[in-house]
Amino acid sequence: MSEHASHDLPFWRKYIFSTDHKVIGIQYLITGLLFLLFGFILMLILRWQLAYPGQPLPFIGHLFPESQMIGGIMLPEFYYQLGAMHGTIMVFLGVVPVAVGGFGNFVMPLQIGAPDMAFPKLNMMSYWLYFIGAVIMIASFFVPGGAAQSGWTSYPPLSNIASVGQTFWLVGMAFMINSSLLGSINFITTIIQLRAPGLTFNRLPFFVWAQFVTSFLLLLAFPPLMAASVMQLMDRVAHTSFFMPTGLVVNGALSSVSGGGSPLLWQHLFWFLAHPEVYVLILPAMGIVGEIIACNTRKPLYGYKALVYSVIYIGVLSFVVWAHHMFLTGMGTTMSAFFQVTTMIISIPSVVILTTFVLSLWGGSIRFSVPMLFALAFLPMFGVGGLTGLPLGLATADIHLHDTYYVIGHFHYVVAPGTLFALFAGVYYWFPKATGRMMSDKLGRIHFFLSFIFMNGIFLPMFIMGLAGVSRRLYDPTQFAHNLSTQPLNVVMSISAWLLGLSQIPFIINFFGSIFRGKKVDNNPWKATTLEWTAPSPPPHGNFATEPHVHRGPYEYSVPGAKQDFIPQSAPEGAR
Amino acid sequence: MEKYYGWGLPIDISTHGYGIDRIIHIMHAAMALLFIGWFVFLIYVLFRFRARKHPVAIHDVKHFKFPTIVEVGVAVFEAILLAAFSFPIWVHLHDQLPSKEKALEVRVVAEQFAWNIHYPGRDGVFGRTDAKMMDAANPLGLDKADPAAADDVTTINQMHVPVDKPILAHLSAKDVIHSFYLPVMRIKQDAVPGQSIPVWFQAKATGDFEIACAQLCGLGHYRMKGYFVVDTPDKFDAWFLENEPKLLK
Ligand code: HEM
Ligand SMILES: [Cu+2]
Ligand SMILES: [Cu+2]
Repeated sequence: MSEHASHDLPFWRKYIFSTDHKVIGIQYLITGLLFLLFGFILMLILRWQLAYPGQPLPFIGHLFPESQMIGGIMLPEFYYQLGAMHGTIMVFLGVVPVAVGGFGNFVMPLQIGAPDMAFPKLNMMSYWLYFIGAVIMIASFFVPGGAAQSGWTSYPPLSNIASVGQTFWLVGMAFMINSSLLGSINFITTIIQLRAPGLTFNRLPFFVWAQFVTSFLLLLAFPPLMAASVMQLMDRVAHTSFFMPTGLVVNGALSSVSGGGSPLLWQHLFWFLAHPEVYVLILPAMGIVGEIIACNTRKPLYGYKALVYSVIYIGVLSFVVWAHHMFLTGMGTTMSAFFQVTTMIISIPSVVILTTFVLSLWGGSIRFSVPMLFALAFLPMFGVGGLTGLPLGLATADIHLHDTYYVIGHFHYVVAPGTLFALFAGVYYWFPKATGRMMSDKLGRIHFFLSFIFMNGIFLPMFIMGLAGVSRRLYDPTQFAHNLSTQPLNVVMSISAWLLGLSQIPFIINFFGSIFRGKKVDNNPWKATTLEWTAPSPPPHGNFATEPHVHRGPYEYSVPGAKQDFIPQSAPEGAR
Repeated sequence: MEKYYGWGLPIDISTHGYGIDRIIHIMHAAMALLFIGWFVFLIYVLFRFRARKHPVAIHDVKHFKFPTIVEVGVAVFEAILLAAFSFPIWVHLHDQLPSKEKALEVRVVAEQFAWNIHYPGRDGVFGRTDAKMMDAANPLGLDKADPAAADDVTTINQMHVPVDKPILAHLSAKDVIHSFYLPVMRIKQDAVPGQSIPVWFQAKATGDFEIACAQLCGLGHYRMKGYFVVDTPDKFDAWFLENEPKLLK
């Protein structure tokens, strides 16, 4: 395992090319948060065009080069780059790195009482592969023709004939994919091999379970996308035609590719990854929410077993629903029936998880701390996101709703006020563990209430627009008569988005300010039971002074007769 | 135009759209019911068990039976929705195509960023097309040497159809994936290069509507608009005569 003596390592080995899971976790977290901010800013720019199509962007419009904006008026080229890169960055460079790379890396080994990950060097390599992939993605904005502009889904033939930015996208994705693969192997090995003595699988904190299942999803779903990316890369640079059918006529000229390929093959391979991927975005979030609810209700999680089974069940089923994204590609009755049924079935464990979380509140002594506020808000927001997935899963309703703003509303409720709120909850919750200091409660509350209002201000109107039939990915929605009546909503949504941007200022101040000025706290400020809270804050290299031994389940809160309202997992047998 | 499109679903002038709208409405009513019930319960629990009023948590809460009932209820509801509402419409649209005698057949060939419409003409047979013959004047690549092509009518971004008659459209694309979207017809179907996908519908009212593209197909995607005109049979025939190749007249 890793060398435990860290004191004499030079700065660059300790903080930059570190093999310590906590340093890597924090690197992932901060890089990921910066990309979330960057991806969000892309959307703040794009939203101007949606609210005020064809009008020059005030103040900063003239700062953009002519290839992006002319006289401050956004070009379609730039609009579609912003859209595609927002999706890609948010999913692959933002949420997954924060949820898995950040929280998974930092918290999971501590929660299982391990000194580090099983393969610390591999861990370092995951981060740096991610970093290189991210640099390639960002660099693509500066190549001729700009970044990828065929959507984050990159459907060929459009992506095959797109400018060189798409090649960067594919190469960047290859790095991201390999980073995730190394990470997932590392997580799985660590959870199986490095649990502290006594920490059986049914004593694992729910967060660890969520990370465990997530790792399997990454491990099994990414290889097909890797293959697909290489195939698309070959189509672009070596003129193969995996995804190019015979007889394409592009721009009035008969394409010279040999043909014989199938554009739909890409969609199958892509969604075979991308559907499990949405569970990669949501399961760690659920894990975080579970931890925070148990701690802030001062009682065990209700239905721990049901939660664990539901998560496993979701993990397995998420591999057989992918084609619900493809109902309108000419699918026959049998196939569509199969994917409708699996999609309805996978909704049940999500209902179970949500219900269980709410029932967990029953009988608690609920503390409305900042992490708890975000975790509680996750519940109804994920609820809206999950419920609105049902009409999309019914192929017939999907005829009207497919590729409209209804879809955008649906998955954003899952990932933005859903996952993002859970990630914020996690930052506020584990910040004292990572730094030994608390974040400001007052700033946290301001951040929460403003974010809650404006998130809904952005995403709720999307359902109305979607039902009215407004398509997504429209540079200028006012071109179509059926988009006009709901166009004022675009103004409401854009203003909400800009205000949501401003609402992140308290968080940024709080995050960086508290690193230096936050109130100093002891090792267990939330009075929580899981192992990470028995380690010093911040935990030293190697984490625990002596290897912890586990004697009980993860959430022994408010045990009758005990002298405190929590018993740490590692407190000796019979401790009261 | 305002009368067709408001804040709810666009008007529906198709014979099958009723089923689609109904499933959307039922689903949303059920979702609202579930969400509101659940949300009220959440707020109640948060209020009742707040630390100030309830300082000591209960370690062992009893097992709740009600959620199981709700979960089974949701499952049964979904099963009914699928079997009774969703599957039949899909079968109707995909497996019960109208016969060639009864329907008006057209080909819809999408390209960046236009809709080419191809009517077979009086003989009811589509003339041969060839990608090698496609150019600006002949975007469909219609082979003029083919006798079946002589009476074919081709238009760009103009789809005229008669009311109360089944329309059988064969969708394809020349370059990238597009999606043929008629909001008022509750029709949306991808047009995939290398494939010909049949889609059928029947209008029950006349009017001037739009064809939109619903799949990102390039920089001009947002303005890939066609006109979709549903006419009385007389007006449709008149339009058709006007557009027939000159030789026939
Ligand atoms: C919280 C702030 C966010 C805002 C204001 C926002 C806004 C939007 C909007 C308006 C679109 C549609 C763009 C179009 O029509 O072309 C969009 C697309 C998308 N967003 Fe977000 N989003 C946010 C967060 C996120 C997050 C957290 C994720 C993922 C984890 C995400 C993933 C996506 C994806 C995948 C797309 C589709 C991109 C495509 O069309 O290829 N977004 N977003
Ligand atoms: Cu999916
Ligand atoms: Cu299009």
